[in-house]
Amino acid sequence: MSDAPRTMFEKIWERHRVLEREDGQTLLYVDRHLVHEGGAAAFEALRRRGLAPRAPERIFTVPDHYAPTDSRRLGDIRDPRHRAMIELLERNAAEHGIRHFGLGGPDQGIVHVIGPELGLSQPEMLIVCGDSHTSTHGALGALAFGIGSTEVAHVLATQTLWQRKPKTMRITVGGRLGAGVSAKDVILAIIARIGAAGATGHVIEYAGSAITGLSMEGRLTLCNMSIEAGGRAGMVAPDETAFAYLAGRAYVPEDWEAALDRWRALPSDPGAAFDAEVALDGGAIEPMVTWGNSPEEALPIGGVVPGPEASVDAERREVMARTLDYMGLAPGMRLEGLPVDRVFIGSCTNSRIEDLRSAAAVARGRQVAEGVEAWVVPGSEAVKRQAEAEGLHEVFRGAGFAWREAGCSMCVGMNGDIARPGSRVASTSNRNFMGRQGPGARTHLVSPAMAAAAAVSGHFTDVRRLLAEGG
Amino acid sequence: MEAFTRLTSAAVPLPRPNIDTDQIIPARFLSRPRDVDHGAFLFHDARRLPGSEAQDPQFPLNREEWQGARIIVAGRNFACGSSREAAVWALFDAGFRCAIAPGFGDIFRSNGMKNGLLPVVLPAEAVAALTAQIEAAPGAEVTVDLRALEVTFPDGAVHGFEVDPFARHCLLEGVDEIGLTLSLEDEIAAFERRYGRENVR
Ligand code: SF4
Repeated sequence: MSDAPRTMFEKIWERHRVLEREDGQTLLYVDRHLVHEGGAAAFEALRRRGLAPRAPERIFTVPDHYAPTDSRRLGDIRDPRHRAMIELLERNAAEHGIRHFGLGGPDQGIVHVIGPELGLSQPEMLIVCGDSHTSTHGALGALAFGIGSTEVAHVLATQTLWQRKPKTMRITVGGRLGAGVSAKDVILAIIARIGAAGATGHVIEYAGSAITGLSMEGRLTLCNMSIEAGGRAGMVAPDETAFAYLAGRAYVPEDWEAALDRWRALPSDPGAAFDAEVALDGGAIEPMVTWGNSPEEALPIGGVVPGPEASVDAERREVMARTLDYMGLAPGMRLEGLPVDRVFIGSCTNSRIEDLRSAAAVARGRQVAEGVEAWVVPGSEAVKRQAEAEGLHEVFRGAGFAWREAGCSMCVGMNGDIARPGSRVASTSNRNFMGRQGPGARTHLVSPAMAAAAAVSGHFTDVRRLLAEGG
Repeated sequence: MEAFTRLTSAAVPLPRPNIDTDQIIPARFLSRPRDVDHGAFLFHDARRLPGSEAQDPQFPLNREEWQGARIIVAGRNFACGSSREAAVWALFDAGFRCAIAPGFGDIFRSNGMKNGLLPVVLPAEAVAALTAQIEAAPGAEVTVDLRALEVTFPDGAVHGFEVDPFARHCLLEGVDEIGLTLSLEDEIAAFERRYGRENVR
């Protein structure tokens, strides 16, 4: 090992390297393997080969995608296929001696919410999960990324994974965020700038004063959407904020002081080189709203829907016309004032306690507008307990929001929580893809505070105005 | 896994950017095991007229002239988003063995290589030229050669491409990595001894 300055990513990579082939493929050892219902095909592939998981103690399972949000009882799930997915996960875990955080238990929740919350996700770890938003866990200074089902089977069988070393990108957000501007707005502004494929093949390290100023929840939101910029993973250097967040959580190291010593040496060395650098001014970021079907199609709330004629080539014009048609928008329409039918506050992007607090601050003393159906879906049982201890559920219910049970819910609608065709949804999730929240549903991505503002206004609005008015 | 060496076939154009895996296979079809034919779910909603079960005759995959195509020529950032491997299964089960685009979502690219669906990255201008050729002459054949790492367009132009050598080896031979990695048991065990029981509780 040379003395050249190294990035945090390189330090974690080297630490987990079992061997490297001449062609550059590296076999990496996996610390934590998180599995949700989507792991079924991988367990089946393992069974067909007569194999068992190599290190069950490093595997953790939890149902989230098919979890019902109106009940905690399996028997209440109407679709037998959905129920079977949860039962199958439970069976696979039991059969192989894997720790399972079951439906109705105290630790169930969205996999990317419970990982950090239980202290399973830690600095310098290599964490994988058969889910693209595994990038979330990088907020704690881990190298964490999503893998496909064949790779899940490979990790189950060998506790390792073949990877080619990705490139690195540093995104520096300087300055300070304004009032009413959150991590969600930061990541939407970043993706609007670099594009949905802007970080393809790269591991992103987020840096700068606007990032270090974020809470742990904010950093999790930020890293969560790295994949929406095409990034392989996203990470933030662990600091006192991260250590304070982790301290005392269920699965953190027994020798806490020794861990802290190691973790303090983890941040990128001064002078470490990145393959790409991007810089933004945090002070210039405003509350954002997406208008299209890619997260890169995002604008500040004061923006207007762009028109096909704004771009030159014919193909791009056709694509935009199709997007506007799907979204029920016309060029020149203002985003502010656009009426909403549904509001969804939840998902692994924005369903943590701080997200709910910021939404509740807007909802407090106000009422969900007539004709709007607004949901709050906490990310985990623990978030739900905490929110109820703080009385947030009463704020939401009092304002006319539905207070649901923990799971992925309307982020992807796999459990049946979907929006009607043509309905316009203000959503705190991460993907505004066509049909993501149900066939024909029109998704606009926003922060929790902006979603709450849309709920009580009946249309998209600048949350900063509501905050200035007070609750 | 089915091996891929060389393929000559019609190619269907889908020149839209950022086609995500939610479009390739909507989430509600993800609870089926692998042995179910996933071809019927391919672009299930995108290929239908809005709000109806009727097929959109304009959607390229529905057009007569491209039935039987085994290559898909897509726009930038093809198959971004969700890691769902069923996106590859749907393409594979519908007969596709190769996708050509200016860029792919990283996870899809890796899933494809592991499931007999070769992702080929070509420069945007080359993909645009190819798209124009197959639109002008639907059914015109394209050849993809994984040994030579070359694509031959209908007009005879030859374009080289790159894939990871290890993944290429596995795909050429039709073998998967698990067997190979299991043969490295000694190395993995040695790593584990060195690494200790750290991070395990
Ligand atoms: S909340 Fe949404 S993005 Fe997150 S894991 Fe669940 S389905 Fe995926």
